[in-house]
Amino acid sequence: MTGGLPLADLAELFVRFVTLSLLSIGGAMSTAPEMHRFLVRDRGWLDDGEFTTAIALAQAAPGPNLLFVPVLGYQVAGLTGAAAALIGILLPSTLLTLTVTRWGRTRRDTPAVRAFTGGLAPVTVGLLFSTAWVLALPFVREPAHRAGAVVLIAITVVLMLRTRLSPIWLIALGALAGATGWV
Amino acid sequence: MNRTPPPPAAVSAPRTPNSPLEMFVTFTVLALQGFGGVLAVAQRELVDRKGWLTREEFVDAYSLSQLLPGPNVINMSLMLGDRFFGWRGALASLAGMLFVPLVIVLLLAAGYNRFADDAAIAGALRGMGAVAAGLMFAMALKLLAALRRNPMGPLPCALLGLATVALVAVLHQPLVGVLLGLGALGWGLARRAIAREHRAP
Repeated sequence: MTGGLPLADLAELFVRFVTLSLLSIGGAMSTAPEMHRFLVRDRGWLDDGEFTTAIALAQAAPGPNLLFVPVLGYQVAGLTGAAAALIGILLPSTLLTLTVTRWGRTRRDTPAVRAFTGGLAPVTVGLLFSTAWVLALPFVREPAHRAGAVVLIAITVVLMLRTRLSPIWLIALGALAGATGWV
Repeated sequence: MNRTPPPPAAVSAPRTPNSPLEMFVTFTVLALQGFGGVLAVAQRELVDRKGWLTREEFVDAYSLSQLLPGPNVINMSLMLGDRFFGWRGALASLAGMLFVPLVIVLLLAAGYNRFADDAAIAGALRGMGAVAAGLMFAMALKLLAALRRNPMGPLPCALLGLATVALVAVLHQPLVGVLLGLGALGWGLARRAIAREHRAP
């Protein structure tokens, strides 16, 4: 985890996240595979573990899950990186949201808008599955922790679908299982 | 078409916030309760407790915020703030949602850098990472149900979804191309399906 990053790289990070902002239909989490491609596979600024850690920290901490984005920026380039990533991911979508909201709330039922949501919905759900896959992959790849992690993932999925349990308890369970060496 | 869309503002919310500061405080409190997702807490605070939105208005705002890029709960906070106090309200709500949680998560990240070598902490983070993956799988599975009422019908939905997973998760294709390509295809298919449903209701 390096503290400093050349200004050109920092600018590239910012521009990448600005672009991703406009593509983040369904939430910032749906762009996580693209962030992974850019930060881990293309640039090598982070490794798989650091990437997953950022998402785990944001899930563990209170607040919107979007906060994994500034953590990624922080891991790449400290506070400057965090600011570049957060402002980048928020600025375009914020301006667009305010513009569209003011433009009118009355067009929801027009065929064009319904086709937009309807046509994009399966792609969005596909992106969420892809994100889950990207998050699970480091565990599946690591033989030492595979069994425990797969069990933990399965328990989480079942409890989330079958009960109204708050995710915080599952996160605590995961932390406990990991700290005591089960996962 | 036998659908009668109710006017969204027919029943307006019982109360309004007094100031952007009140919105900042409310959204801070709301965000600090949201572990692993803020949406359920937002519904409880804004609709049930504060009464700034009716349940119907909440659903409408959520639908619109899903349609727009950006995190849904962030978009909803922007819309609500903008509605009551213009851009000052929007900024106050956004700052409330982000500022204190951001400080906390960065402190955690900084602490993690320092204690990364500790086996128990590394293990705890690994366990939390596995749970995070499970939460994401569960959320994706839950949202599958939302596709049931999709105008395109089950087969095109399944094909579009599977194509997305194949291109993004397996083949590591850039998201821009996938979204533009499959999104345009989906829009065309949905447009046709909706036109058909209008002709033969």
